[in-house]
Amino acid sequence: MREEISDMSEDDETGERARWAPDLSKNRSDDSDSGPGPPIGDSPPPFSDQVLENVLENVLEFLTSRRDRNAASAVCRSWYRAEAQTRRELFIGNCYAVAPHRAVERFQSIKSVVLKGKPRFADFNLVPFGWGAQFEPWVKSFGAAYQHLERICLKRMSVTDKDLTIIAESFPLFKDLTLICCEGFSTLGLAVIAERCRHLRVLDLIEDYLEDEDDEVVDWISRFPETTTSLESLVFDCVTCPFNFDALERLVARSPSLQRLRVNHHVALEQLRRLMARAPQLTHLGTGTFRSEVGFGEVDPNLDLVSAFGASRSLVCLSGFREIEPEFLPAIYPVCANLTSLNFSFANLTAEELNPVIRQCHNLQTFWVLDSVGDEGLRAVAESCRDLRELRVFPLDPTEDSDSSVSDIGLQFISEGCRKLRSILYFCQRMTNAAVVAMSKNCPDLVVFRLCIMGRHLPDRITGEPMDAGFRAIVMNCKKLTRLSVSGLLTDKAFEYIGCYGKLIRTLSVAFAGDSDGGLRYVLEGCTRLQKLEIRDSPFGDASLISGLPFYYNMRFLWMSSCNLSMRGCKEVARNKPNLVVEVIRDVVEEEEEEIEAVEKLYLYRSLAGARTDVPAFVKIL
Amino acid sequence: MWLVNETKPTQVRENKTKEKKLKERREEKRRKRQLRNRNPSLRREREMSVETERSSTESEVSGLDYEETALTLRLPGGTSRVAGSEPDRKRGFSETVELGLGSDAPVGTRGVGSTDDQSDESPESQASVAEKPPAPKARVVGWPPVRSFRKNVMKSCKLVKVAVDGAPYLRKVDLEAYTGYHQLLTALQEMFSCFTIRNYPDEERKLVDPVNGTEYVPTYEDKEGDWMLVGDVPWKMFVESCKRVRLMKSSEAVNLAPRAQHS
Repeated sequence: MREEISDMSEDDETGERARWAPDLSKNRSDDSDSGPGPPIGDSPPPFSDQVLENVLENVLEFLTSRRDRNAASAVCRSWYRAEAQTRRELFIGNCYAVAPHRAVERFQSIKSVVLKGKPRFADFNLVPFGWGAQFEPWVKSFGAAYQHLERICLKRMSVTDKDLTIIAESFPLFKDLTLICCEGFSTLGLAVIAERCRHLRVLDLIEDYLEDEDDEVVDWISRFPETTTSLESLVFDCVTCPFNFDALERLVARSPSLQRLRVNHHVALEQLRRLMARAPQLTHLGTGTFRSEVGFGEVDPNLDLVSAFGASRSLVCLSGFREIEPEFLPAIYPVCANLTSLNFSFANLTAEELNPVIRQCHNLQTFWVLDSVGDEGLRAVAESCRDLRELRVFPLDPTEDSDSSVSDIGLQFISEGCRKLRSILYFCQRMTNAAVVAMSKNCPDLVVFRLCIMGRHLPDRITGEPMDAGFRAIVMNCKKLTRLSVSGLLTDKAFEYIGCYGKLIRTLSVAFAGDSDGGLRYVLEGCTRLQKLEIRDSPFGDASLISGLPFYYNMRFLWMSSCNLSMRGCKEVARNKPNLVVEVIRDVVEEEEEEIEAVEKLYLYRSLAGARTDVPAFVKIL
Repeated sequence: MWLVNETKPTQVRENKTKEKKLKERREEKRRKRQLRNRNPSLRREREMSVETERSSTESEVSGLDYEETALTLRLPGGTSRVAGSEPDRKRGFSETVELGLGSDAPVGTRGVGSTDDQSDESPESQASVAEKPPAPKARVVGWPPVRSFRKNVMKSCKLVKVAVDGAPYLRKVDLEAYTGYHQLLTALQEMFSCFTIRNYPDEERKLVDPVNGTEYVPTYEDKEGDWMLVGDVPWKMFVESCKRVRLMKSSEAVNLAPRAQHS
């Protein structure tokens, strides 16, 4: 888990879409979407101003923060131009908020692009397949405009092999491809990237879904140049098909700059050892299965493994462990003290198996684990990892009525031991307000608090009361909180508290909560910094939707599914706000023209581009 | 289900024409798939329905496997239970014979509502009756919010190694690919093709090497490190707890039985 990547969901700057007052007269000439011609349609400035602009450009080169840049660009026309000339990274949080050609016209010297597509609930199968977020129009525009593009980072986009080919062909200096939760491409596209991007430093594939059929897998690993490569990071643990291990070993051997390597589950311990021997300089290692491929009673490879880890003095991050055989865990002891990040979230470990490892991880800052370790395991974490900043506890059995071994008790342990905690994601079945309150008081630095009580509408397990009090404490006491996910039995009161105290919250996720329209109103009116609001299965209706009209231009998007919305309310929103795109998504395509009044899924977002033209049949834009 | 970990290098496709054809085939498949998916929920539905089926079977059976066998020694289907008694899930060899290796399906046909009874009696949840929902609810799409990637990885963690005493090689099987012991044994028979399954009158099954008549008893190591006879426990529980399988020579298996009884 690269820290940069796990922060992507927070994208820590507000207002990244520049000024949201479309009637800024000084920039009207730029607002026109007219065809080709000079993008800035006024006469060149006088000489002295030109000098000033040059000076300004030199200064603005050093400005990297997105928010600062947006502010600078709003000062005056001259600053706007200078900023546009000197911006190197383009961040677009919603690919439908602006048209590619417009972005490319304004910013002409981009070296790095970050682009996000589908709404987050797409990860949970709530957005039907084929909804959109195609990378194609973007890559074509970039290909034509950005000769010096070096980095592309995409999240939840649909990327085809053809798009990857365009990347390989268009950008001679290309260095970094990071794809997170994307789909649509295959090993064929990877082969093209490997082969033609001669300066590639980073190829990170994170939780993507590749399209390969079993018999059509391409040996993409062999396609990297035969000479020494400049690879620094190669992450492909989400690629499910087998690959050419010998080719990988040779690749690693000729990549002296390689620091991050995360392999998929077709790598056993014996092979891992070989890779580690080739790359003792690694800092981040994804260990594959972490199980031996030989039978029991055979030569124990453990010894070699221990020396392999012993030789890897630079390791700070371990992940993988997909089919872990716990008897081999002692091999990692030599590196435990240096680890800042450990991902056991695919390892079915008990508390006893975790204990000897975690006791040595004094410097751990990021820890992902399965709830199989139970409250006891979390106690060990709390006692050993005093510096912990991020904790994620995932369910071994991700179903609603599963038995989870972690509860409020584990949360309490963590709150008492890990006082510097900033981010927590906690799946459980049993929770109490008291534990949540304790965490709010013990961990005042919390920026991200995501609690998922898996059973729907579950109250405090001891008092039987709603979980309102717990979340109230969180928003009151954690003054830096910017991201919140709520769960459990919640009344409108919970939302009143969130609206009252959650003034810095930018991302809010709500599911199966609230009593009435009032709940949503509190949030919309109270959370002044709200950017991303996603709601499912909550009793909020048209009245609450309409109450948010004054605020939607300040937000990136609103998602509401399985609430009490109707076409009437959604149409009124669309009518009232011309720069909002209001999408109604249906699960079944109607053949006739008759309209269903109830709205099952609503996705609305601000946009300079108007209604998109790639709408599939099951989406209606109001 | 075979040597998934086998790293046979895939053929390097040097031939450009082949690749071009490959590209075309992929495009064709993608187009077909998109047409097929014009009903957008169809694909997800398919995936989901498989998941739903499995999960609901599990919820039916899990009550049986864990609560039932956790508390008493009697055959599943009994109603009275001693709450708080020592969980005695493991039976000795002689009791295995009773159960037989053929019992794939969960014994008894308790309905989905059975979780009600169990939640009352299971010691763990006695203190927290309030928290369990009254009955298992209809599954909801995308809840709990765990990404498919993670769900798929957790699902596929049921590859176990199979070793045969005296044979130098190892195989892997995906336990989740089978619905019961019979299928598993058949697969083992095919894998180590020298065996035939010999049925004994008391329904105990053994694998026999016809060449030298040696009998092999399928055993497995469970999560707690104990070696058990395959067929000891209901299938689902076996899948959950089995770490690896060993076809042990019958002569050695005799030594196993007393140990198993004491656990």
